[in-house]
Amino acid sequence: MPTHRTPSATTSSGVSRPRPTRGIVRVNDPNGRNGQANGSRKPARYSALGLLRRGLAHTDWPRSWREHDLAPSYDVVIVGAGVHGLATAYYLAANHGITNVAVLDKGYIGGGGSGRNTAIVRSNYLTPEGVRFYDRSVKLYEALAADLNFNVMFSQRGHLTLAHNDSSLRTMRWRAEVNKLEGIDSEVIGPAEIKRLVPFIDVSDETRYPILGALYHPPGGTIRHDAVNWGYARAADARGVQIHQKTEVLGIDVEAAPASGGAAGKVTGVRTSRGRIATPTVVNCTAGWSSLISGMAGVTMPIITSPLQAAVTEPVKIFLETVVVSGTLHIYVSQTDRGELVFGASVDPYPSYSMRGSLEFTEELAGHVLELMPSIARLRVLRQWAGLCDMTPDYSPVMGVTPVDGFLVDVGWGTYGFKAGPVAGEAMAELVATGKTPEIIAAFDLARFAEGRLVGEKGAASVGH
Amino acid sequence: MILIPCPHCGPRNSSEFAYVGERRPRPDPNAATPAEWRSYLYDKRNPAGWTSENWYHRFGCRKYLVVERHTVSGEVRRAEPADQPRTRSAAPPPAAAPPAAAGGGEQANHGTGTAEGAGTAAGAGTAEGAGTAAGAGGRP
Repeated sequence: MPTHRTPSATTSSGVSRPRPTRGIVRVNDPNGRNGQANGSRKPARYSALGLLRRGLAHTDWPRSWREHDLAPSYDVVIVGAGVHGLATAYYLAANHGITNVAVLDKGYIGGGGSGRNTAIVRSNYLTPEGVRFYDRSVKLYEALAADLNFNVMFSQRGHLTLAHNDSSLRTMRWRAEVNKLEGIDSEVIGPAEIKRLVPFIDVSDETRYPILGALYHPPGGTIRHDAVNWGYARAADARGVQIHQKTEVLGIDVEAAPASGGAAGKVTGVRTSRGRIATPTVVNCTAGWSSLISGMAGVTMPIITSPLQAAVTEPVKIFLETVVVSGTLHIYVSQTDRGELVFGASVDPYPSYSMRGSLEFTEELAGHVLELMPSIARLRVLRQWAGLCDMTPDYSPVMGVTPVDGFLVDVGWGTYGFKAGPVAGEAMAELVATGKTPEIIAAFDLARFAEGRLVGEKGAASVGH
Repeated sequence: MILIPCPHCGPRNSSEFAYVGERRPRPDPNAATPAEWRSYLYDKRNPAGWTSENWYHRFGCRKYLVVERHTVSGEVRRAEPADQPRTRSAAPPPAAAPPAAAGGGEQANHGTGTAEGAGTAAGAGTAEGAGTAAGAGGRP
């Protein structure tokens, strides 16, 4: 049972807090006792019975992840506590038993792209390498809530990519065939069936860009992105990984390479706003800042960073049960379980590190969405925001080793990073643990640009860029 | 939406322009190795700070411009025609700022700091020096 506190007791952090009046005992230790008398760190298992028991006993829920002091060294330092960084840390601990890991973030976890995306998960890509990769992620997402004991709300409600002209339709057929060859459920459907799936859509000839068909992908859907971040953080923390929020990386120490070696240097440590850490392995999982962090290690990236804006409307009764994407109209829309419509469009037309919305985005978006679904004209936009996207020349990520020994990257995620969180984490963990690049990410290496082996996914990666 | 002070048309919304790309020193395609050429094509500085880049005034004078823009604040401090010889430098290094800069040499070290100092600045510096010395020589 949690210890009772006397009124105005000082806590372990020295802050004096008055006794709460309603009999709920707050445990003020930032590392949160989990209700077990022996102080062990198995996290409370979330379940209906646990909910009932805790509710009746008026005890507080334990913290999901702890705060720590920065140790002088770690085996692995992951820069960036978004879904990729946290998943890498989790799979390092869970699949490979490597727990002397620190995940650093200059802000709070999941505050970058992982908290700003429109939460769409799918695997209907164009190239066989891409399809295999994203399908592995979908499979991991399907099992994630059970694995992490955290409700990630993965709703495989179906994903429609509309085709408004013949060449689009041809590309949809191409994607459908590649998907089917890899065993993934994707097919091309016509306007009548689209209308059955999305009753509010305008499939008539009267629109500027009539809908000719769509790529229908039933395993695709939406997920609660914050829950994925928190679930991975909680599970990684439970296995001994240290998550350090508000810890900014200021520099990466690279020892010059010996004349005989092929590497451009070797990582020896990381300088942060809370001190220096010695480590042989640094994994760059900072979508939106990857050029800056890579620059600290002396590695140049083929990346430009552009904002991707999104907006959400007021909640209304559920009427849209699939995810609808249109490349020609440059929009994608889905409806959350709360009833809000979530929209996204294309990246801003010039690179920037600004995460604010702009008026021309909402104007263009509204115009195009109303072309698709005229009846939602009266809905009000609740808020808009932007996240930073690292755009690569071929719209595929950059994963794996770099010329600097010990400096690994999992970057270049553009507008398609969140859906790949689990598979990227699993693959990067395997790379860190074994030193060998897994087959599933071999095509996405940094060396492909110098060697001319680009993996072109622009057609399937997102709406018009 | 940012304002770009087009030298021919005056300050205009960025939606009138098309962003072309970062200014990088262009190696001679006949003399460059494949690795150098692909590095020119694909590698980017992508700074969080002042950058020098090419824009095209698509819905205006239809001229190419060299624009100095801060990628975090959105401030644009200079836009010059791309075919003027004195704007040959690929990045605005403080030491090599042109003497006749508008408003004086105020573009000292805004935000260049560690973000731009790290990474490829060392490599780009020498190449840029060569580019500037060569003077007006074809498209950026």
